[in-house]
Amino acid sequence: MPLNRKIAIIDLTTGDIDVKPIPLAVRKQYLGGRGLDAYLLYNHTEKGCDPLGPDNALIISGGLLTATCASATARTHIMAKSPLTGLLGSANMGGFFAPEMAWAGFHHLVIKGKADKPVYLFIHNGSIEIRDAAHLWGKTTTDTQWAIRAELGDEEIKSCVIGPAGENLVRYANVMTGIKNSAGRTGMGCVMGSKNLKAVAVRGTMDINIARPAEALEYNKQFIDQITSAKVNQTQGTLGTPFIWGATNSWGGLRTRNFQYNQCEYADDIEPERLDDIATETIGPHHMTGCFGCQVHCRAQYKIPSGQYAGKYDEGPEYTSQGAFGAMPDCRSAVTVLTGNHLVDQYGVDNLEIGSIIAWAMELFELGILTTEQTDGLELRFGNDEALLEMVHRICTRKGWLGDTLADGGIPAAEKIGNNAFDYLIQVKGMNNLHSDERATPALALNVATASRGSDHLRSRPAIDLYHLPEPVLRKIYSSPIPYDGPLSSEHTDYEGKPWQVFWQENCYMAVDCLGICKYHTVFLGATLPNFEDWPKVIYYNTGLELTPEQIWEIAERSNMVERLFNLREGLSRDDLKKGDMLNHRYFDEPCRRGAPGVVGRTIDREKFSKMIDEFYAHKGLDKNGVPKPATLKRLGLKNEPSHLL
Amino acid sequence: MASANKVLMIDYEKCTGCRLCELVCAVKHDGISNPVRSRIRVIKWEAEGVYVPMSCQQCQDAPCMTGCPAGAISRNESMERVEVDYDLCIGCRTCVSVCPFGAMNFNPIDRKVIKCDLCDGDPQCVRFCDVKAVDFVDADRVGQIKSRSAARRVRTADTRATAIHSDS
Repeated sequence: MPLNRKIAIIDLTTGDIDVKPIPLAVRKQYLGGRGLDAYLLYNHTEKGCDPLGPDNALIISGGLLTATCASATARTHIMAKSPLTGLLGSANMGGFFAPEMAWAGFHHLVIKGKADKPVYLFIHNGSIEIRDAAHLWGKTTTDTQWAIRAELGDEEIKSCVIGPAGENLVRYANVMTGIKNSAGRTGMGCVMGSKNLKAVAVRGTMDINIARPAEALEYNKQFIDQITSAKVNQTQGTLGTPFIWGATNSWGGLRTRNFQYNQCEYADDIEPERLDDIATETIGPHHMTGCFGCQVHCRAQYKIPSGQYAGKYDEGPEYTSQGAFGAMPDCRSAVTVLTGNHLVDQYGVDNLEIGSIIAWAMELFELGILTTEQTDGLELRFGNDEALLEMVHRICTRKGWLGDTLADGGIPAAEKIGNNAFDYLIQVKGMNNLHSDERATPALALNVATASRGSDHLRSRPAIDLYHLPEPVLRKIYSSPIPYDGPLSSEHTDYEGKPWQVFWQENCYMAVDCLGICKYHTVFLGATLPNFEDWPKVIYYNTGLELTPEQIWEIAERSNMVERLFNLREGLSRDDLKKGDMLNHRYFDEPCRRGAPGVVGRTIDREKFSKMIDEFYAHKGLDKNGVPKPATLKRLGLKNEPSHLL
Repeated sequence: MASANKVLMIDYEKCTGCRLCELVCAVKHDGISNPVRSRIRVIKWEAEGVYVPMSCQQCQDAPCMTGCPAGAISRNESMERVEVDYDLCIGCRTCVSVCPFGAMNFNPIDRKVIKCDLCDGDPQCVRFCDVKAVDFVDADRVGQIKSRSAARRVRTADTRATAIHSDS
């Protein structure tokens, strides 16, 4: 049964390992994955703990449905207090790691303490071993994985690892598995590095009994048909996430040159079709690959066609790498994008954060806030491809004053650089924003401002808000499983009704993160994809657990509230520019310069934004300051947190 | 039976490496999710992005059948498959060692050999594979499909060569 997968609490200081079952009562409150991780983090860390100290807890998990006969249960979730934001650290990745960990007997690992020398964990069919990693230290993310397989003599071992960026404590280092699957946000790789933990390797051949196998199999087929029949997933399965690039750019929602523009000009060479051509030329017509059990296959394979790294194999690039190495630094070469993507994969660093931080530094350099002395002679201007890639190397190895400074993350770097550098940093809660521009989309602006892990599009973004869906369609989606008869608007520039959409999406995304399935399998980019009404069956057939859509909603609400409690404990406050639900002033003060007629000239209205926050808080059961009301905590059964059940 | 004269055709170039075939194979046969219970296995070279699904070829002159000392393996002509009679099988794993494709597997949990039975004519790996890296086609069409695909490659190469030639 999936429900008999265990939790292991591992202390790297003492070497103690405590393996426990996960009580059914806890499952019914959090399911698994990110929800249970949030509970564990809140319970296993103390207020104000040093993110890079032994008291921080690094939690690695699969979801309730991981490795069952549900569709696309590939996701691994990683949580800890973030060394980038000082608040909730949380990142999610696809690949094959979490299923293998489930077959090895585990759903959650809580890793505490700090090893006195580099180590890695090897988890095999219920046993956990702490092994020496001296020979792995310094290796890239992929070399580390292949070396572990060679050492242990098993090609089926799956590992999540850090690369040199994590070892060098770059505050936004990734945890990675496979070629490019990255738990990329909030610096979870940095936390791993701080614990001297190079990798977690897993291998499992333990049965996961399916509660109702025949029904699970048939329902999985229906689910897949629903998912693969959606146009959005068909396009995704051909071009990958770059497919959103063209529309986003022509419409004027693409963050460009840090935040100077909302559209990238003359970008032909980094258009999705061009990247697709390169993949076809270097790999062949069938160049898409997928995560465990997924029929969307959204990841392209490619070889770098020319330049210093010509012939290197990698996967992607995602939309984010097009932004990080294309629009943001205003570099318009496919080879630069593909090379940048390869470097971040090998170093193990968040492409989104590093791309944003370098573009920010480019803007500062052009404004004279950063000097040539500080860049060690580098002409860090927009459009300088060589300088861009050089900065990736410098940050990941902490080379030079600027490399070392930027490796500490935006806010500490802004303090070190001084002047008004902070004003140009497009961040929320200390983390940079995705390479999208939300000045014309209040719903999306509210999403990035309030996302629990800092500026982010995967926590509550109502992406379908851009599709101008008729109001009855919106109402059908957004008034279930909890009735909603307030306003809803098909117009993406409206403020009305958007807080409810963001609240609904927040719960929807939390639910899939607890189940361990991918967001491309729910209402994210496609309006017709499965959501609350569809999950009870898939849960029941696979685990035997009977839940209603309303109960799943409540579990998601509870899990989101625990994340909120963690953030409040660590200093979140509503309007704090560095630790709050607040946007950079440029959203309010600088109008969009490019894009479609309805986009040009737009800013976010400060007053209306504040009203949206009020409404969003009200939906969540928070007071005006963003603190949960006692009745809300009571309703969600959170009055006695931390309750230390696990 | 629907399976008569149909064979499993694997085109590894199409495989996305997702291993859904392994999952549904194990669940279909044993009601359990566990790749070691799967009759089909995706062998991967991840560093190069190459994935090859491997399964039983249902050989006409099957080495597993010839090599079985207990006479437990036979050909079922109506189902176009090679079968194991578990009443006769002594679990010696000779078939595992002689299979040239590694398609006869040993399930270490139930301690028995396992192989593809084409799901009695409705192979689930084929049903679930969206890109049809694993397909179930008439035996006489396999050659045709392969030669057409090879011919297309020759033609593409030729077209490109002509283009290069006329460029110069």
